[in-house]
Amino acid sequence: MGHSYEQSKKTAYKIISILGIMTISEVLFALAGKGHIMGGSLMMPGYVIAAVMIIMSIVKAYLIVYEFMHMKYEIPGLAKTVLLPLGLLIWAVVAFFYEGNDWKQRRNLIINKNNQTIETMATPQPQGAVKEIQTKKIH
Amino acid sequence: MAETLTHNHDEVDEKLWDGGAQPFKVSYGKLMMWYFLLSDAFTFAGFLIAYGTLRVSMPTWPVPDHVFSAFPGGLHHKPLYFVTLMTFILLFSSFTMVRAVQEGHRENKNGVVFWMILTIIGGLGFVGSQAWEWSTMIVEEHVGLTTNPFSAHTEAGIYLEGDGHDIKEGDTFVPGSPYLIHNHGGGFHHLKYKVTEGADSGLVKQQAFGPKQFGALFFFITGFHGFHVISGILFLIIICVNSATGLYVARKNGYEMVEKIGLYWHFVDLVWVFVFLVFYLV
Repeated sequence: MGHSYEQSKKTAYKIISILGIMTISEVLFALAGKGHIMGGSLMMPGYVIAAVMIIMSIVKAYLIVYEFMHMKYEIPGLAKTVLLPLGLLIWAVVAFFYEGNDWKQRRNLIINKNNQTIETMATPQPQGAVKEIQTKKIH
Repeated sequence: MAETLTHNHDEVDEKLWDGGAQPFKVSYGKLMMWYFLLSDAFTFAGFLIAYGTLRVSMPTWPVPDHVFSAFPGGLHHKPLYFVTLMTFILLFSSFTMVRAVQEGHRENKNGVVFWMILTIIGGLGFVGSQAWEWSTMIVEEHVGLTTNPFSAHTEAGIYLEGDGHDIKEGDTFVPGSPYLIHNHGGGFHHLKYKVTEGADSGLVKQQAFGPKQFGALFFFITGFHGFHVISGILFLIIICVNSATGLYVARKNGYEMVEKIGLYWHFVDLVWVFVFLVFYLV
């Protein structure tokens, strides 16, 4: 594999330390960002926390796949056939979150519509038509 | 090694795709493990994206730091402590797996078995922790597949009664404040509160159940991951026993089976990185 046993052993210790430190900082960042530690002095908006967490998770995923799973040492063709299809997920995330947000707005729209007061029609109508409506209502 | 590759490039290229050689320079088994993991990644991605979609579609959602704040020994208000511990157990078992594969490369049987046993212990520790987490949620907090007592307020208000735990009569809250509807001996006790702001100001309301999907999503997705861990442990045990009996010594391929289960085991850790992100951190 082009690298000695001693070398790869060293790398393994290095990567696990990085992953451990990253996990600790993720948790500390999440707790500080949401005001659970540091007395709430480091509170920040949810999207900032989410963005930092997503970036850190992707870096962790890279380290696991490239170092622990040895993707780094496979030939490029193998890496491409495994990693490129995952690009489809980018669109899946965008499309589904857009859709989910739309459901939320639609639900709010329905709630608003339900809360609207219904006004009776003020326009004068011929005798027959009114009767028809009334009989319909009785049924 | 790279030099020889470029040197022989033309003559190798012709033969590579005829089905005889190994085009990607890995064995059939390893390549297929990669493709299995790719398909599995799509399955997990589908579940996690479904979770995200439903979460953004709801006006309110349980707050992770509030939901996952119990710790063994009757401790509460320890946000994310336990799940961080679980993450470290799995991370550590991933490291011991790397070490097992490395010992395999240099055909060191005892090394492989030693590090694989540690990996199995790590896996069992993780599944055990998950069992504790699940039972706390089901037995103590009464989260079910379609019942979700965890939620967060969408308006500001003041409680008109206490629940004997964290909430006292007269406590105020703001939009986003989390709550758990307690259940003592059958029957949830929805606390009454008065809205202090907005269009409904002055109205008396009761704590509502949280989004129904939460329990099903949580148990199904973490359960599916746990099922992967359990299957992984079984295969680790089989391969560990095979290594110990010297089966792979005869094959002289650098303990390739250990490498394959290693790929799977790291993948389980990889999925946990994203489950951790989606369920606990964000």
